[in-house]
Amino acid sequence: MTTNDVLIKVENLHKYFGDLEVLRGIDLEIKKGDVIVLIGASGSGKSTFLRCLNRLEEPTDGKIYFEGVDITDPKTDINLHRQKMGMVFQQFNLFPHMTVLKNMTLAPIRLLKQSKAEAEANAMRLLERVGLADRAYSYPSQLSGGQKQRVAIVRALCMNPDVLLFDEPTSALDPEMVGEVLDVMKSLAKDGMTMAVVTHEMGFAREVGTNVIFIDEGVIVEQGAPETFFDNPESPRLRDFLSKVL
Amino acid sequence: MTAFFTGLADQFYNSIIDKDYWQMLLQGLVATIEIALCATVIGIVLGFLVAMIRSTCEMNLRGKKSRSFGDVILKVLDKICGIYITVIRGTPVLVQLMIMYYIVFASSRNGMLAAILSFGINSGAYVAEIVRGGIMSIDKGQFEASRSLGFDYKRTMILVILPQAFKNVLPALGNEFIVLLKETSVAGYVAIMELTYMANLIISRTYNAFFPLIIIAIIYLVLVVILSFFLKKLERRLRNSDH
Repeated sequence: MTTNDVLIKVENLHKYFGDLEVLRGIDLEIKKGDVIVLIGASGSGKSTFLRCLNRLEEPTDGKIYFEGVDITDPKTDINLHRQKMGMVFQQFNLFPHMTVLKNMTLAPIRLLKQSKAEAEANAMRLLERVGLADRAYSYPSQLSGGQKQRVAIVRALCMNPDVLLFDEPTSALDPEMVGEVLDVMKSLAKDGMTMAVVTHEMGFAREVGTNVIFIDEGVIVEQGAPETFFDNPESPRLRDFLSKVL
Repeated sequence: MTAFFTGLADQFYNSIIDKDYWQMLLQGLVATIEIALCATVIGIVLGFLVAMIRSTCEMNLRGKKSRSFGDVILKVLDKICGIYITVIRGTPVLVQLMIMYYIVFASSRNGMLAAILSFGINSGAYVAEIVRGGIMSIDKGQFEASRSLGFDYKRTMILVILPQAFKNVLPALGNEFIVLLKETSVAGYVAIMELTYMANLIISRTYNAFFPLIIIAIIYLVLVVILSFFLKKLERRLRNSDH
């Protein structure tokens, strides 16, 4: 395997909130096409870890290499690298004062210097793919939770990112809407999109994950392919966790 | 009964028509509008500037340990803005106006400029707090979503945060401008010939207070109603995204 396949490399990542050490030394490699699923109890640090990857949280110590560049170096322009790392949030965070189409074309037009026509054509193509082409001129407040999250995913896709980060994308959804969002994520994974997903959806982890990671108390306790991970968990803590959620 | 109405008509003639007193009121009205408009512009510019400095400081520097040179400058600016707001909100606008006129502009005695600056600086402090409140009320997720797309802090503010904040604070801002418009009536204290001063002048010449006061009250009322109308219209236009 060549190092070119490694998209994100995390070395010895630490994060403190005040005196509280939330991440206590995490090492991880994410390769092109991987679907990394991060699971763990709430407060385990999995969301914080994900948010460190695009520096929405500033890591206290350690290094993160994205496409070979150390993005924890204060001298790197993080805004440039963020264009290549899409993020999808639990609370969707669509811009409420813009239509769906405007939400999606804002960044491509302003940052990638796409023409309006080009950005809109691309956005409409993506909206069609997730079945929301008829909502292009709606405002976010007119959409259901599942629709909002699908828009949030395609908004991130409009930037042609090399990796998508999902921070509990289905946790704020009504149960009947979880499926439609997971379906979109599955189809993305099938197309080879590199993804890092913090979730409580074990079914998704098992079905789509190439690598499942269990984080507890700020460290990676266990990781592996979903079959071995779920069927033969080694550590007692993971066994305990799985017995509660499965 | 007829005597009462002819009496009123006489009073109206003596206070308003005679000696072209109405022209004095018109002149006063122009001065009032001039002061209010210019002060509003200064207030908005100053207020947004101060609000940006304060909320930038609040969002970026809180709990941050290592500080760059830029951070230190920002911190100093933030402190200055804090003092500005405390002093302006803590003293009467009339006192500020008199300080401006009798001390700062002591040599030139440019009353108009003193009034515009005083009311503008005064309004800026209130606008700053209104706008800062609006910025801080926007969900943090909006900020993060914009940053995660690759926008820098400045563009996040301009494209995502301020449009939403502005919509939320518009009623409070409108209120501030209504107050400002009416507050200009104290400018007569430093011999600026605005509307209330002119009414007073007519009263002192005719020894009759009724019509000058009633008429300027109606003029202020009409001005405020017009201002409110346009603010409502703007509010409705900005609200088209919440259905």
